[in-house]
Amino acid sequence: MFYREAGQFKASYQNDQQIFPIRQDQIGFIALMGFLFLVVPFIANQYWLQAVLIPVLIFGLAALGLNILTGYAGQLSLGSAAFMAVGAFGTYNFMLRIDGIPFLVALLLGGLCAAAIGILFGLPSLRIKGFYLAVATLAAQFFIVWVLVKFGWFSNYSSSGVITAQHVNILGVDFRSPEMKYLLTLTVVVVMALLAKNMVRSSTGRKWMAVRDMDVAAEVIGIRLMRTKLQAFAISSFYCGVAGALYAYMYLGTVEPEGFNLDMSFRILFMIIIGGVGSIMGSFIGAAFIVLLPVFLNVAFHSTIGAYVPADLASNLELIIFGALIIFFLIVEPHGLARLWQLTKEKLRLWPFPH
Amino acid sequence: MAREFGDVIIDLQNISLRFGGVKALTDISFNVREHEIRAIIGPNGAGKSSMLNVINGVYHPQEGKIIFHGQERQKMEPYEAASQGIARTFQNIALFKGMTVLDNIMTGRNLMMKTNFLHHALFWGKAQREEIEHRKKVEEVIEFLEIQSIRKTPVGRLPYGLQKRVELARALAAEPNLLLLDEPMAGMNVEEKQDMCRFILDVNDQFGTTIVLIEHDMGVVMDISDRVVVLDYGKKIGDGPPDEVKNDPKVIDAYLGTSH
Ligand SMILES: Nc1ncnc2c1ncn2[C@@H]1O[C@H](COP(=O)(O)OP(=O)(O)O)[C@@H](O)[C@H]1O
Ligand SMILES: [Mg+2]
Repeated sequence: MFYREAGQFKASYQNDQQIFPIRQDQIGFIALMGFLFLVVPFIANQYWLQAVLIPVLIFGLAALGLNILTGYAGQLSLGSAAFMAVGAFGTYNFMLRIDGIPFLVALLLGGLCAAAIGILFGLPSLRIKGFYLAVATLAAQFFIVWVLVKFGWFSNYSSSGVITAQHVNILGVDFRSPEMKYLLTLTVVVVMALLAKNMVRSSTGRKWMAVRDMDVAAEVIGIRLMRTKLQAFAISSFYCGVAGALYAYMYLGTVEPEGFNLDMSFRILFMIIIGGVGSIMGSFIGAAFIVLLPVFLNVAFHSTIGAYVPADLASNLELIIFGALIIFFLIVEPHGLARLWQLTKEKLRLWPFPH
Repeated sequence: MAREFGDVIIDLQNISLRFGGVKALTDISFNVREHEIRAIIGPNGAGKSSMLNVINGVYHPQEGKIIFHGQERQKMEPYEAASQGIARTFQNIALFKGMTVLDNIMTGRNLMMKTNFLHHALFWGKAQREEIEHRKKVEEVIEFLEIQSIRKTPVGRLPYGLQKRVELARALAAEPNLLLLDEPMAGMNVEEKQDMCRFILDVNDQFGTTIVLIEHDMGVVMDISDRVVVLDYGKKIGDGPPDEVKNDPKVIDAYLGTSH
């Protein structure tokens, strides 16, 4: 069966607006979900779940958050990790201080805390753009981490601000095992990714992109720049916040504010550059790429030149390859891996006829 | 062209606009009547675009009054102008480059869409109904401007003339009652210009839209406009029906006589 929309007529605007207008894509999506939910928990070992799949999903969600702000609304940010920290510490405090609060409610509230802080640090975007805005979000990055370390209340006065995530139990089901943590993470991430997809394909997303592409024209057709930018900051930070809470509760278990550092913010930025700026799927491809790259390079080194190269050189090589890839994508394919995938599909749509 | 016009929609009184030391507009007064096509002409740098920017709130004049629908208008932001039915196109195409033709035009309807991001996130029900309802309107505009075949094309891939047409479509999607067009035919070939003229006249005729038009091509201006304002170095040097303006010695001197 060829990959194309031929013979699949769109009889209504409703059909034309579907997330996956081509049937093969629909089938592909359902198959992927079936695989991730029903097959992976049974075939993946603990290492794959804990060290690969869970972090890919969580970072994918954070990258999606950044993509909403940067890729769709065009506001550059270097504070993603700090907003993750707000989500993690927010959720922790709701769990700690409100007896019997359901985890998902605490997660939602933690995300809302991040959204509120996001609006606050989004205010400079009303006056400044691009590089200067990035510097302003850098201030958010350092300030938030500093506050979380400085005021012991946030970590319940533990030493150096380390918090240990409470056990998660939803309706009597325990989320302790890697499989269960994976399933919960996957569920939250898939739901939020679908919600994001819906937002970007409707008027909300069009307003973000309008502000990104040409703010004067956006304003002239009645889009309020302030409201639109702050909304993007809020929603983006909400996504980062939930990702941060999942990072604490489903991935590491113990986190400290300084774990959510500038390095992490940059890694999330690289994820969207490599995966695809302005692409939801790209956020996850980028996250997978960046989480898996060290693992892959490691294996590659050990099976080839590993015996002859000292370990510190190997890890430097890793950084060099990483940097080279970023530069490659910035120059050659600024729309990232998602774009390459798109191009392949466009070719496939015509294949085997060249025109 | 002796046509009947309605009331004055917008009355600009003694408008002066400066950028630092540059006087873009000096003491300019003119009005626009309902249903007319009002042209603004003048050499480059005369202040024509600035005039449109004053009308829809992008620039705020230091002096002068704007009476809009009979009321003195306070300092107004562009989105407020939009919500009062003023739409425009730009001299340098100002489309949303990363979006398709359809999405660009849909954006033109944003003020009429009442659902918020939470509805959109869930998409079903209200948000979807609204999206479909506005899509129908947008399809009417697409059909009107004969751009059906490019609706799913990213605007960046379109040739210049079509981009201009899409920009007009986006403005029309807002169902404006005052439409400002900044050199809609600049850079077009004869055929494209004819199409654009036809669209402008049709919009004016079928929807009763009042149009303020900046245009360099004197032939076009004489053909389609009802009244013409002539600017030169930020000052008004002529105002009246096309054939009257055309024969005004001051205008010929400043504008028609020179390179244009
Ligand atoms: N945003 C601005 N900042 C500074 N000067 C401006 C700005 N916009 C217009 N001007 C100046 O105002 C004058 C009129 O420009 P403009 O309205 O674009 O003329 P036209 O559209 O008739 O060619 C020019 O001298 C131009 O340099
Ligand atoms: Mg101009």
